Amino acid sequence: MTLATEPPKANFRLGMLIYDTRYRSYTIQVIVLILFALGVAWLANNTIENLAAKDKDINFGFLWNRAGYDIDQHLIPYTNDDSHFRALLVGLCNTLVVAFVGCVLSTVLGVIIGVLRLSKNWLVARLMTVYIEIFRNVPLLLWIILVYVVFSETRPEPKAFKIVDGTSQAQMNFFDTVAVTNRGMNVPYPMLTNPLPTFNIGFMPISLSLLAVIAVVAGSIYANILLRRRTKATQEATGIRPTIWWKSVLILIVPVTALLFAMGLHWDYPVFKGFNFKGGLNIAHSFTALTIALTLYYASVIAETVRAGIQAIAKGQSEASAALGLRPGRTMSLVILPQALRVIIPPLISQYLSLTKDTSLGIAVSYLDLRGTLGGITLNQTGRELECMTLMMLIYLIVSLIISAVMNAYNASVKLKER
Amino acid sequence: MALLYVRRDMLAPQAPPASQSGAIHWVRDNLFKGPFNTILTLLAAWVLFELVSLSWPWLANGVWSGASSMADCRAAVAAKAGPDASGACWAMIRERWPQFIFGFYPPELWWRPILTFGLLFVALAPVLYADNKSAMSKLCGVVGVLTVICLIGADGFSFHTVLTIALFAALTAAAAIKPRLLLIVTLIFPFLALWMMWGGSIWGPISVMVGFALVVWVVITAQPKLGTIAATILAVLAFTAFFLDPISSVLDLAAGVVNFVASWFTSTNWHPTLAGSVFGLGFDLRNLLPLQPQVSEAWQAMLPYDLTYVASDKFGGFLLAFVIGVSSISISLPLGILLALGRRSDMFLVKTLSVGFIEFVRGVPLITMLFTASLLLQYFLPPQTKFDLILRVVILVTIFSAAYNAEVVRGGLAALPRGQYEAADALGLDYWQAQRLIIMPQALKISIPGIVSTFIGLFKDTTLVSFVGLADPLRGITTIVRADIAWKGIYWEPYIFVGAIFFLVCFGMSRYSMYLENKLKTDHR
Repeated sequence: MTLATEPPKANFRLGMLIYDTRYRSYTIQVIVLILFALGVAWLANNTIENLAAKDKDINFGFLWNRAGYDIDQHLIPYTNDDSHFRALLVGLCNTLVVAFVGCVLSTVLGVIIGVLRLSKNWLVARLMTVYIEIFRNVPLLLWIILVYVVFSETRPEPKAFKIVDGTSQAQMNFFDTVAVTNRGMNVPYPMLTNPLPTFNIGFMPISLSLLAVIAVVAGSIYANILLRRRTKATQEATGIRPTIWWKSVLILIVPVTALLFAMGLHWDYPVFKGFNFKGGLNIAHSFTALTIALTLYYASVIAETVRAGIQAIAKGQSEASAALGLRPGRTMSLVILPQALRVIIPPLISQYLSLTKDTSLGIAVSYLDLRGTLGGITLNQTGRELECMTLMMLIYLIVSLIISAVMNAYNASVKLKER
Repeated sequence: MALLYVRRDMLAPQAPPASQSGAIHWVRDNLFKGPFNTILTLLAAWVLFELVSLSWPWLANGVWSGASSMADCRAAVAAKAGPDASGACWAMIRERWPQFIFGFYPPELWWRPILTFGLLFVALAPVLYADNKSAMSKLCGVVGVLTVICLIGADGFSFHTVLTIALFAALTAAAAIKPRLLLIVTLIFPFLALWMMWGGSIWGPISVMVGFALVVWVVITAQPKLGTIAATILAVLAFTAFFLDPISSVLDLAAGVVNFVASWFTSTNWHPTLAGSVFGLGFDLRNLLPLQPQVSEAWQAMLPYDLTYVASDKFGGFLLAFVIGVSSISISLPLGILLALGRRSDMFLVKTLSVGFIEFVRGVPLITMLFTASLLLQYFLPPQTKFDLILRVVILVTIFSAAYNAEVVRGGLAALPRGQYEAADALGLDYWQAQRLIIMPQALKISIPGIVSTFIGLFKDTTLVSFVGLADPLRGITTIVRADIAWKGIYWEPYIFVGAIFFLVCFGMSRYSMYLENKLKTDHR
């Protein structure tokens, strides 16, 4: 009665490495490992040989040498006597500030455009479709260059603002506070007459005044949240919702105004003196062009994501909300958008990542971001391509990974909790 | 006789009130429904009015021909619409047209890119319309006519025109009779295009083609007799002998490993060219392998046939954008599919390597990859390797978009129900059969929109090659034009022109993907 039920002999034969699916994966992995190791060894060997032939070594010591070049836009103090490493940090800050401003503005604009594209208003919907298609289908680089060129070619030279016999050739905008010349934009800059002290932590100067403002604003927002929570509790207990909008306004505005008044806030306006503008803040057109182009381009991309997210919500949801008697605006903000958010966020993460990476296109308008400092001037001055490129790629990689980690955490928190 | 109180015939239906039908109703419903909508409409109308009133005079006063400098243009506009009027200067496009399209490609050779571009569509026809006879022959005919028109425009009526007419007539006939024949064009096209664009001896691409044919022949003949494994090994050997120099590669590698290990232990000065002295025996064989250059040289000696060689720095304008775009698109999709399969593999090592590769490439900007191509590749390749810049850029752009394609395809794979994989297993299909027959057709169908948008992104990103010194239409050529003293101060026109062409190509691609999605839709919802 011993039929075919007997298990096959467990004797291992060499052929099983190839023909037995249990072992084949090990064979393949070993081959892959060998090939990979050989490839890495080949690259490493070539690199070593090439470096030896050029009489170079791999050494990151150059980072502590004097940089010797100027960066006009620096968020942390910087002079050309500082090290290449500090120039790198300045560049990184410039990259991050464009990325941050671009992400915020393009999200705001993108959500508005995406919602308006689905509007029942025929004209507005068509206009938004045209906007989206035009901006999405033309390279981002074109928008950056075009905005930059238009700013620097159409605007007059600073000397056109010189007042001769009571008039000047060019006028300043916004009640004579903003001057846009072909070299840059001069805007008012907030100054304090009696600021709090500034101290240094390592290389970063920390302004206590700024910290104080941030703390007060955060405190006001938290107080406002508490107030709203209490109002909601009252409403649920008594059925009557107290009017609180004036309390909110007071809480949000008064403390920060008082603080700024105490520190003596005043504006430093740009004034034409001699041959150029003095005072105020000079924003280079490279920054403006990069920010505007990134915002407009990514707004169109985000608008498409928002539209797809809204259309992914079943029609029954908006019908149900209409049946409950909610107006279209409330339907959108209370019913559709919170649900659409879950569909929108994953693609939005990758768009934020692309935007951050695309700030490197600032090279087209000579914006000194991370690529412009570390991967540009520092690289050319020191001739250390291998080190600079490796470091730059690593930094971009880390920034990308941090953004995607933060956004994924946010995504996990708003995700539909299923049990 | 009772009196009738009940009406016997129906009343004719009344027309709806004027406010509930026709144009007025439409306007009220779509433009002025509620105060918010009215404000929006007025705002939109105001924006439109501003845009049109700003740009219309400029467009209407445009100068289309007969100007060879900005001063000519301004004079023409002033003569047309008064001294203070502004006008577009499209004459610049007319004058610089060849540069925008061909870069610095020699004018007497323009027929080559034109013919190649025409043949591209013939080669794509079997992919675009599988087995649809009428669509394919129509495509061939239309493309043929357009190609001939372009040729006559660029070159006058010449020998090439006759050749092209004959070629396209034959191709159209082939498409109408037996569309499968066009697959041959698809297979030959990569080699043909390479030869047509860069020129040189015809035997180079032919010998490469022969090499690939040899490998395929080895697999087909050996597989039934010796089994898959032996056939694969034979094919790898044949490929290596034909295209690579296995002996010196192995020797170099071994020397590299020895050196590397030695450097760990001794950590004193060791010599990188140790390889040469230790493995000096192998050097005689280096002259024999690989076979491909030998074969091509022998044939070239017997039957020389050359096209004028065109160096890579002569490429520019939209020609360059299309060369980079088309080659990267066609290589990055298969590569992306392989990476996606690697990422979903059960094998730990394969999966780790794929994930690492994909995440690294997706984490850095394309510009850094392009700078790697132009600055760092000289470190990673053997010394004295000469490597064409366009080829380097194509490789890096391909790698870049392959990583993005891999993520899109992975999404498609993840969207397939698990039952499909189980059904394939139940049918007894092996891994590649299951992928080819069951998984991929469905997964790729799901990922079409994503894949096409990756392609669109890639095509738009070809403009970035200007940063490594290639003359792309957007920054390279336009900068040259704007640096010309005759066209100083022109900026709207070149950017609008380049943007319009990019828009046409990208918009066309996205519309084609929508058509394809609709055509392949098999669920009845």
